[in-house]
Order: sequence, then structure tokens, then C-alpha cells
Amino acid sequence: MLLKSHASLRRFIDDVGTVDAVGIEERVAKFTTRSLKKKSKLFGLKLAASMIDLTTLEGKDTAGKVASLCKKAITPHEGMDVPSTAAVCVYSSMVRHAKRHLVGTNVKVASVATAFPSGQAPLRTRLAEVRAAVGDGADEIDMVINRGAFLTGELSLVQDEISQVLEACGDATLKVILETSELETYDNIRVASFLAMRVLRPGDFVKTSTGKTSANATLGNNQVMLEAIRDFYLETGIPISMKPAGGIRTAKQALHFLIAVKETLGDAWLNNTRYRFGASSLLNDLLRQIEKELTGAYQAPWNFSDATEGY
Amino acid sequence: MAKKITKPTPELVFGDLWEFDPAPETADPKLKKRYDLFINGSFVPPRSGKYFPTINPANETMIADIAQADAADVDVACKAAQKAFTSVWGKMPGKERGKYLYRIARLLQDHAREFAIAETLDGGKPIKESRDFDIPMAAAHFFYHAGWADKLEYLAPGRQLAPHGVVGQVIPWNFPLLMLAWKIAPALAAGNCVVLKPAETTSITALKFGEICQEAGLPNGVVNIVSGAGETGAAVINHPLTTKVAFTGSTEVGKIIMRSLAGTEKKMTMELGGKAANIVFDDAPLDQAVEAIVNGIFFNQGHVCCAGSRLLVQESVAEQVLAKLKRRIAVLRVGDPMDKNTDHGAINSREQLAKITELVKSGVAEGAEMHQSACRLPTKGFFFKPTLFSGVSMSHRIAREEIFGPVLSILTFRTLEEAVEKANNTAFGLSAGVWTDKGSRILKMSTLLKAGVVWANTYNKFDPTSPFGGYKESGFGREGGKQGLLDYLKQP
Repeated sequence: MLLKSHASLRRFIDDVGTVDAVGIEERVAKFTTRSLKKKSKLFGLKLAASMIDLTTLEGKDTAGKVASLCKKAITPHEGMDVPSTAAVCVYSSMVRHAKRHLVGTNVKVASVATAFPSGQAPLRTRLAEVRAAVGDGADEIDMVINRGAFLTGELSLVQDEISQVLEACGDATLKVILETSELETYDNIRVASFLAMRVLRPGDFVKTSTGKTSANATLGNNQVMLEAIRDFYLETGIPISMKPAGGIRTAKQALHFLIAVKETLGDAWLNNTRYRFGASSLLNDLLRQIEKELTGAYQAPWNFSDATEGY
Repeated sequence: MAKKITKPTPELVFGDLWEFDPAPETADPKLKKRYDLFINGSFVPPRSGKYFPTINPANETMIADIAQADAADVDVACKAAQKAFTSVWGKMPGKERGKYLYRIARLLQDHAREFAIAETLDGGKPIKESRDFDIPMAAAHFFYHAGWADKLEYLAPGRQLAPHGVVGQVIPWNFPLLMLAWKIAPALAAGNCVVLKPAETTSITALKFGEICQEAGLPNGVVNIVSGAGETGAAVINHPLTTKVAFTGSTEVGKIIMRSLAGTEKKMTMELGGKAANIVFDDAPLDQAVEAIVNGIFFNQGHVCCAGSRLLVQESVAEQVLAKLKRRIAVLRVGDPMDKNTDHGAINSREQLAKITELVKSGVAEGAEMHQSACRLPTKGFFFKPTLFSGVSMSHRIAREEIFGPVLSILTFRTLEEAVEKANNTAFGLSAGVWTDKGSRILKMSTLLKAGVVWANTYNKFDPTSPFGGYKESGFGREGGKQGLLDYLKQP
């Protein structure tokens, strides 16, 4: 049994190709040396703001906390020409609260589901959570894959579960969290990306992390997934979207990720239907940098309304 | 009857949705209007009074006048070096010599920014390369050899070693300061004194290095820089006082030097041309291979002797690799070398541009298929688009001659034996690259390939500790590491 499953992972790697860790890290280091000035910087900052899934995922979340998060998502900064964030991302129990505030706006409600972040619940429980969240009005569902099954080589089980969650989503967009830090190798991240993409619909997402483990989105795992999306798109014509999440706290980091998108997937992915950031404190740093670009002066952090620091 | 619907092939769009604004490096490179010769610790005008202009290849504007040394100037320089060797440097304990080298290394770091800008102005390479590679690597060579200066007895245990005396060195224009460091650092660490001639089109950083020597308090005459063209180099190499000669440059000039020195007692090391094979097997990590292929041929506009100018791809993945390469070069930013976002700068000189253009024409005429990125080139200055040739065969000129420009020739192979046969079927043998996921194949290839350096799953990796040099017409002798240092020492 073990031999057979090992062989299936090996076969999958042969099928989708391998990743050289040293090489990919050299590639992404080049993104960090790009120098953005003036208009191009402002464009990047605003674009990044429009791509945020403004997130709170804490045990202490309340309806009140979610309400203030929603207001921040709609109007990130009073009096500043800056777009709303793409979505608000909450636990499934908070979906109905978020929905109340976001109905009629262009900010989507995203819900983590499937026993986030571990995914260690029976499949029927996970599916029930997805249905409940969609029933409460979630536009988007962020699921976690079964990493245990992946690492024991039961790749078809991983894929089947994704398909079943997809079915439970109905019209809601699905984001598949690979939890890259638990897959550990770049080869595994590439395999998991293809496993997911082969059952997803155009416009569904693959996502790096839950934000709940020690290592989250990095330029390296982002790049592996962008290249997987590119190869899959060129092979099938199906555009899959991408969401790095966790650990992206500064405007500078966000710009590096966007440069990777620009130079890997091109212009068609430079919008919030194809690319998102799972982040919270990132928003205020973007606002601070936008303010600086517009006025030439840095404002103190307390001049910006509270963004959740939960991620 | 149902009409057959042909779906358009999906393609990526690398357009101008998010254009980068210019990001020029603007610091002051602290240049002089006129550069004299650096002889015996001070800057002196050439006896002939002749100067030649040096220009910025990116916009053809004049930067400075450079002194032209003739045989008489070279004679003064060689005598100054000989005097410094016998009176100070040759006798100085290694520990003390090391201190000077450390000082030079630190001063290069202190002045890194102005050196980087000067290098880019004078040579046309992108500022990010001179800033992140050339200058830090030049400093690293001085640091490495500084450490050797007092440990020479451990270099080759059991052997008695002594410096040669005066070393004549001639360097090329592709990595002006770095090649100077490769030459001067080991020579000084070993206890030699130096007369160095920089390339005609890129003398500025070498002469600025003279200022570093002054600031470091290096004894007069230990380092002498004589600028000029081919005749100046010939004078350095043929001068009776230079007992060792080190040359980096074209195979053509290397041959001339070897002919002129045949029958003399002079020791030589030659680092000459290359036509490296970068070999990609079907199990390679293709995206990273593509990245390194691009780095291998377009780094420094392909003005690299170890450039991976022949790509050998296994037939089963050839189409895929070509498609990936085309997409990759679509996002290379070509243009003003001083812009921090430029990936691909200016060709070093009008002559080199003409040579590249001529060889590319021959590639088209001989039937290879040319692919160039759609980038716009500046109207002034010497620029050439990153160029790929597919369908190249071994008899094409672009597969045999060193182009020394941003031109990649793509060939295919079926088996390992065929790859080795094609890779070794060249007059050169400086470097090679192997891409495969199979470790044992890497080891096998590294023994079969007749190249001084074989990179595995990477390309263009340099380190002061690693010897660099070639087989066949790529030259002899090594630079860097213990082997490189040994070439600057002799039996007493």
C-alpha cells in the first residue's frame, strides 16, 4: 500500500515536472530588486489594496469586530482615493454578520470552512460547514486540503475531497488552501497545485496558507504556484486565480509579489478576480505609503483607523 | 454538419498595464575629466602627451580623456615595479602584505557605489549587475587573497615558492574592475608587483583603482596602471622585466601573445574565449533551467567568456523549452543601463555591435530560425535585442564562433552520448552547464565534458575560492582558488 502510494506521488511529479529550490529562490530574489517610482508605485499600491481579502480569524471574533472590519473594507481611509478591498474573510459563524454590512457593496464575503485550519474533521462535517457558510451568504469559500492524505500519497482522496467541496460551494468561488508549510517541498507544492487546478473552475483560486502555521506565503512558494497556474493555463486555457496569505505585512512585500505576477502571468492576472492577498495589517501600511506618495509626508500609524492584526 | 471550432491557443499578455517609471541611479561617480597613467604611486601624463576619448556606449557621449601609454611609459612603469619589488614588496612579510590587501578590499566596499556607477557609465552593463555582482565580487577577491598572503607556505606543502617579480597583465572590457581584481589580488598576495593594462574602452575603473591604491597607502610602484590600446599591451607583455604574463581576452589576441613570447623564459596564463554548452535533459526542472539559460547568455549582454551560448536540449522537451525561453525574454527589460530596473544594457562598443550584427546575419543566412523579444531599443547608443536561434546545426557559424553578445544558439540531442559529443565538438572548453534531476548523470557528465568549469543545475556561479580557466583554445592556467594563486609563484 505504502509503496503504491509513494509511486503515485512520484508519477505525478514526473507528470508535472520538478522544481529546483535554489533556482526558484534566485528567480524570486530578482523581483525584490525592482525599483518602483512615482506613478508606477502608486498604481501598484492601489492595486494591492484592491486585492486584499481583509481577514479576521480569531476565537475572540464577535459581530462587532466583524462590523468594523467590513466598514474598513468598504472605505479603507476616509477622504483618500483608494479602492475597497476585494473581500472580507471570516470564520463561517461570522458570515451572516459580515453579509449584513456588505450587501449592496462590491466587497465580497469570504468564509474559511472545512474545519479550518487543520481540516481534521470528518468529510461530512466539513461539507456541512461549507453548505452552512454558503447558505448564510458567503460569496467565496476558503477550504483546506487534506495534508495528511497528501503526505501518505493518497492523492486521489485529496482531489476527490476538493471536488466534493466544490460541489457544496454551488455558485460560490472556491479557494483551495494548500498549506504550503506542511507540504514542505516545492515539488509537493507544484503537485498539490495541479491536483487542485485539474478539478477547479475558471476563476477559482489556489491559496498558499492558512496563516496559522509558522511559515506562510513566501515569494518562493508564490512563484511555484504562479508557474503552475501559467503551465496549466497554457495547456488547458483555464485561468486559475491565486491568493498568497499570511506573512505579507508591508507594502514593499506586496509589491514584490505583484511584480512576480506581472513577470510570470502577465497583465491578465493583475486584478482582484485573478489575484488576492490574504492579509490584514498590510492594508494600513499600503494606506500609509499611498498617503506618502500623494503628499510627500509619512503619517503616524494612529492617523489610520484600526485594521485587524489577527492574521 | 457541425463546423469545427478552433479554439485560440491561450497566451499570456506582457503588456503595459503596469509600466515602471524610470528609476535612474543618480549618485556622483566622482570622475575626472582627464585620466593620467598611474605609475610609481602617482598619476603622470603620458610622455607622448596623447590622450584618447572614452565614451558611454549607452548614449555615445564622451566621459573623459584617457592617457595613451607608449613603450617609453611602459618602460618607466616596469622599472618602477621592479624597484618596488626589490626594495619593498618582495621583502615584506606576508602578514604585512595581507594588511594592504585587506585595506584595498575595504576601500572598494567603501567606494562601491561610485565604482558601480563608473563601471556602468563606461562599459554599458546594467547598474544592478555592476552594483550586485562586479564590485562586491572584486572586493571579495581582495579579501580572499588577503587571507592567503601570510599562509603561502601552506599553499603547496613541501614546495619552496617565491614570487616572479614583475607581472604584466592585460585585461578585457567585459568585467573591467573584476578582471583587474582577479589579476592584481593574487599577484600582490604572492609578493609580485604589477603593470596592468586595462581594455581601451573601459579604463576608468582601473585608473580609479589607482586612487584606491593611494588611499590604502600601498608602497609606490607595487601597482602600475598603463592605459592604451593593443600596442601598449604588447609593450607590457614583451618588456624584459615582466617575467610572468597574464592575459584575459580573445583567443585571437591570445595566440598573438603566445607567438611573441615563444622561446622566452616568461611564464604565461591565458584565459581566452569560449562557446559553452548548456545541456538540458528531459528530467530537468525546466523553469529554473530556463532562468539559468537566460542568465547564462544574457548576463552582461552576453559579453562573458563563459556565456552559455550553445543550448543543447533533449529533443523531447525542446519545443517546451523554446516556448518558455520566448516568454521569459519577453519580460527582460532592455535599455538605459543606469536604470535600476534594466536587465539588459548596452553593447560595449560600436565594433562589438558590428561583430554581433554580422554573426546574427550569418545565422539567418545559414537557415537558423531567429526569435527576438519585442522590446523597443533606445535610438542612441549601441543596443542589440536578446536573440534566440532555433534549428541551429553544428556547422553553423553561430554554433562554432564566439559571438560575445546576447545571442543564443539552440541545438537538440537525443542521447547523453550525442550531447557530450556535440558539447565537446568545439575549439573551446571554458565552461559547461548540465541540467538534470539525476545526480549520477551530473557526475558522469562532469567527467566527460572537456570544460574547465561544469555547472550542475545552475550557471554563472563564481567565487574567489573556485579556480576558473579553460581547456583547448580557451586557454591555460587557472584564476581563483589555490590553483590560481600558484600560477603567481615559482620555484626559487
